[in-house]
Amino acid sequence: MALAERILDGDIRAAARLMRNIDDNLPSSRGELQELYSHTGRAFLIGVTGPPGAGKSTLVDQITAAYRKQGKRVGVVAIDPTSPFTGGAILGDRIRMNRHAEDEGVFIRSLATRGHMGGLSRSTADVANVMDAMGMDVVIIETVGVGQDEVDIVRLAHTTLVVMVPGMGDDIQAIKAGILEIGDLFVVNKADRDGADKTARELNLMLEMNRYAPGAWRPPVLRTEAQRNVGVEELVGKMDEHHRWLLESGEINQLLQEKNTSLFQTLLKERLFAEVYGGVARSGKLSEILEGMLSREQDPYSAVEQILAERLSP
Amino acid sequence: MSERKLRILVGKPGLDGHDRGAKIIARAFRDAGFEVIYTGLHQTPDQIVSAAIQEDVDCIGLSILSGAHNTLLPRVCQLLKEKKAEDIILFCGGVIPEDDIPGLKAAGIKEVFTPGASTDQIVTWVKNNIIPR
Repeated sequence: MALAERILDGDIRAAARLMRNIDDNLPSSRGELQELYSHTGRAFLIGVTGPPGAGKSTLVDQITAAYRKQGKRVGVVAIDPTSPFTGGAILGDRIRMNRHAEDEGVFIRSLATRGHMGGLSRSTADVANVMDAMGMDVVIIETVGVGQDEVDIVRLAHTTLVVMVPGMGDDIQAIKAGILEIGDLFVVNKADRDGADKTARELNLMLEMNRYAPGAWRPPVLRTEAQRNVGVEELVGKMDEHHRWLLESGEINQLLQEKNTSLFQTLLKERLFAEVYGGVARSGKLSEILEGMLSREQDPYSAVEQILAERLSP
Repeated sequence: MSERKLRILVGKPGLDGHDRGAKIIARAFRDAGFEVIYTGLHQTPDQIVSAAIQEDVDCIGLSILSGAHNTLLPRVCQLLKEKKAEDIILFCGGVIPEDDIPGLKAAGIKEVFTPGASTDQIVTWVKNNIIPR
């Protein structure tokens, strides 16, 4: 039986295997994803992002527990960085989530970035789709610990949570572009620490500077102590509120439009590049071009134009 | 442009609280280019097997210093079989008396590393014995 069929049948090993095939970019995974696509689109996708050490994994663990209490099935995709030098990775997000390991209503998958920028792995959207097809009601995607500009999550999740901790620099940080623009909810975690008030105040100040159209969502700033499960119920309530707002205001259509556009563009880009670059490399043209560039007799700009003209003109 | 990446779960079953060895090994595996799922301390055999299945790893490396190896490790093997995941290879390292090794191997543990084994030795063993599926 094909993997897709087994997954729809509830086979955990088949799901885990397909995720691996997707991650390893096996051509067969595309066919399986085609099969699954019509079974997706039901899960509520939550993105959790923020700097390293902010407590994202611990928070994800508590959010998972809260949704389990409601009887919902939860998928977790947790991303950690790949070493740029060896290609290896240590994926340690599970450490904080081990108590869910034996719960059949929870499926956790760790992914390495494998050189992909933007805070996610190349495979994240597809792995989340597999979880959606498995019948998970909620899929939580935890990005790598991000700095300022890794914002891909916003084009994948319905609701994006930006997790901050006290004492992360002065107020100018809060008005820079980047991750602080993408939050639907902001969380000041480790709120028992010194400076939590200041961080919350600065975030609020930054949000007050935004203009909100009537009926628009105004991101709230919440405080949590994930380790002690303080403030998590309220956070989950707010996330659900945001989800409801998306559906009731019709904003969901705009969001899905953007999300699908981004997904389609990525897929097309990836396949086109593999196809065209592969052809150029196999035909030996690539080494010709590189040699030409070395001696400055061939410029890369016209080389690309020429290849495009050859490959894409009717 | 596809290539199988070796995925390996490193964890510590049972009650001992010494995870330095496990961390050193995890780091050595990372430096060898593997993807290491590190699950940390105090894992039950059920948690280990369930994590290994969800993560679709090729093998599990367990560090055990508590003396409970004769109970915990065969239990992991048994659970892998029950869940039809016996293709996931199990090996271990720790303070394990020579006399116990044949029994562990008979229970399905593929290799046992004892004090004195170098990280290079272990990495080489993984490279030679584990083929990413």
